[in-house]
Amino acid sequence: MRLREIPITAWIGLFGIALAIFCALFAPLIAPYGETEVVGGVWQVADGQFFFGLDNLGRDILSRLIYGTRTTLFVALAATVISFSLGIILSFIAAVSGGVIDTVFSRFNDLMMSIPTLIFALVVLAVLPQYLFVLILVMAVLDSTRVYRLGRAVALDVAVMEFVEAAKLRGEGKIWIIFREILPNTLSPLLAEFGLRFAFAILFLSTLSFLGLGIQPPTADWGGMVKDNKDGIIFGIPAALVPGSAIAALCICVNLVVDWLLKRTSSLKGGRGDA
Amino acid sequence: MPDTNLLSVRDLKIEATSYPPGEQPKRITIVDGVSFDLQKGKVLGLIGESGAGKSTIGLSALAYGRGGAEITGGEVKLDGTDILKLGKGGIRKLRGARICYVAQSAAAAFNPAHRLGDQVIEATVKHGLMSKQEARRRALYLFQVLGLPSPESFGDRFPHQVSGGQLQRAMTAMALCSNPDLIVFDEPTTALDVTTQIDVLAAIKQAIEETDTAALYITHDLAVVAQISDDIMVLRHGKTVEYGPVQQIIETPTQDYTRALVNVRQTAREEAADQSNPLLKVDNVSAEYSNGFKVLHGVSLHLCKGQTLAIVGESGSGKSTLARVITGLLPPSEGKITFEGKPLTPALKNRPRDDLRRIQLIYQMADTAMNPRQTVREIIGRPLTFYYGLRGAKKTARVKELLEQIEMGNGFIDRYPAELSGGQKQRVAIARALAAKPELILCDEPTSALDPLVAEGILKLLMKLQEEQQLSYVFITHDIAIVKAIADSVAVMHRGRLVRFGPKSQTLSPPFDDYTDLLLKSVPEMELGWLEKVLATRRMESAGN
Repeated sequence: MRLREIPITAWIGLFGIALAIFCALFAPLIAPYGETEVVGGVWQVADGQFFFGLDNLGRDILSRLIYGTRTTLFVALAATVISFSLGIILSFIAAVSGGVIDTVFSRFNDLMMSIPTLIFALVVLAVLPQYLFVLILVMAVLDSTRVYRLGRAVALDVAVMEFVEAAKLRGEGKIWIIFREILPNTLSPLLAEFGLRFAFAILFLSTLSFLGLGIQPPTADWGGMVKDNKDGIIFGIPAALVPGSAIAALCICVNLVVDWLLKRTSSLKGGRGDA
Repeated sequence: MPDTNLLSVRDLKIEATSYPPGEQPKRITIVDGVSFDLQKGKVLGLIGESGAGKSTIGLSALAYGRGGAEITGGEVKLDGTDILKLGKGGIRKLRGARICYVAQSAAAAFNPAHRLGDQVIEATVKHGLMSKQEARRRALYLFQVLGLPSPESFGDRFPHQVSGGQLQRAMTAMALCSNPDLIVFDEPTTALDVTTQIDVLAAIKQAIEETDTAALYITHDLAVVAQISDDIMVLRHGKTVEYGPVQQIIETPTQDYTRALVNVRQTAREEAADQSNPLLKVDNVSAEYSNGFKVLHGVSLHLCKGQTLAIVGESGSGKSTLARVITGLLPPSEGKITFEGKPLTPALKNRPRDDLRRIQLIYQMADTAMNPRQTVREIIGRPLTFYYGLRGAKKTARVKELLEQIEMGNGFIDRYPAELSGGQKQRVAIARALAAKPELILCDEPTSALDPLVAEGILKLLMKLQEEQQLSYVFITHDIAIVKAIADSVAVMHRGRLVRFGPKSQTLSPPFDDYTDLLLKSVPEMELGWLEKVLATRRMESAGN
């Protein structure tokens, strides 16, 4: 594949994601101030020294934004990847096996989905000790119910195709059928869902942080920063809008890249389209 | 000179833009320089393989281009007016009123949410040609002409409540309802069983005669078109190969391509003399779906090594189900299957790998039988790794050898299925079966989705492989001509029961049972007046009953 064929929108998305990763990796080097360092007055307005101004405790917003990329990006990405692995594997096993396994998995999934996600997460996180991996796992498990739904639907579609039957007739095991026959033919819808879910994970993390159950202060994360500075909006101080815009921008970038990948995979030779 | 032609097409040129993956879009010519005339009350048959442009030409009579096809040259004159110059409003007045279209799949063309009667008269009423009452009376008349059961109440039914053949006739009624000058039939009987096809053909023929309409009849089956047309145009790659009266085309074709079409499958193979030592033995096998619906009733047959058993029947006769039972996909509820003297494990998942290897299946649709994301190398190579543990260079060498055997070059090894033609795909599917070095190959209508000449090539390949490797085939088909060409023994199935089984010479010669007789008589023959002859004998029989 040649670089020239990548559309401009995908370049924008790739650039945004690269920037976020860069910030996350080299946060201590590029941030002008420390993550928790108080450098001036409360909600001091932006000037040449403080690009985005200061927050509710007098910390530099730009520095916290850069540090916050680390947690936000890492947690959202880890949660999405885990939820996808979990959701896809379980849903494909259900689709290929059918019968009792399918019923048990699917009904359990329905049960999980019947409880509102946010309330479920709040209860579970309030009970469990506050470690980062617990947060990631809770987010992943809750999100995987949605992935399961989609995964089972697309896999069922492919599992009844004759080439899957041919593989079964050959005597192939479940692993081969799932990963070699079905997965390549379901990538398009799953990739699209991945982009969407990643954005949702950032938002969900932000929501949790906003409610005080996500990332704990003083560690910076974008959702938490919105929460810290929300009171300023009443006084016409735009500090909360900066991390809010960052969340929006990252979501858009991820989706731009996913849109492009989607077009690529669905136009792959012999692809089944975005069925 | 007065123009007596109802429809007159001159130098028709149709182009489209194709978007091959990874390449620049390019213009392709679908139809090039086609001209013909059609008089009132006459039928012109358009015949050719898929991709010959016959449907595209048919639709051009409605000034319509499907899927991005554009009419870029020539003229289509209806009663002297060039309809290509009419503009949208003018064309809309013609479509459904003076020119009507009958699609191949009536099941897909009818709206399942509306009653048949309302759909049949819809266009006529919309065009303001008749009042609703008049249109209903006309529909009733047409239902009678087309021989539909209880014509008074037929219009009250929904599409799913009638059979495929009846739907196709209802669609013909829809086309005839507005009393059009011209009807375009686009493969109206291709999706039907032979015994149903003959009824629909007869109905269409009678309706055309009765209403004095002109028709374009598109099909790939020369025997069918010979029954119904006055003239035939043979098309290939968008160009006219031969155009003339039906008698001349059938009896004295001048072009090689036409001759190949007429003479396709006239060879018959001698059946094997010794049929006593069975490789596969199906003993009193019954099968049912998990909901208790019984699909096979006590079927017993056998097949000897190196021979071909043809299973014939219409859709729903249980012939594909029998193959599924033999493979173990659907374990039998009663009876047993023995392979080389040893009983086969009924269910697939308990079968030893070596038994799986020895019985391979070839599907009707090679498209769906191969993973679109795997290359030919992976498709053919997998059984080699799976059954024989071949890897790397050895595997590649063997894949190339198999490609050689199916008469395809090494150049295809890294292609995806989408980059192969229909016939090539089926060849790759055959290679995949061969890779396992099987003893028995179950062929489930492997040629019925292919054009006649391509199908002929596949059959020849299968015969060649059988001779070289002593393969045994169970060949499932609905095409009697294929049976005559390749089978050693024949089984006729009807509604899940075995009607007739034995060596070919015995099964296909009288005295027949009722069903086999009907089946054999329904197969269109490349002979003028065949339809009338069959219908006459049928009428006599029903009169005698």
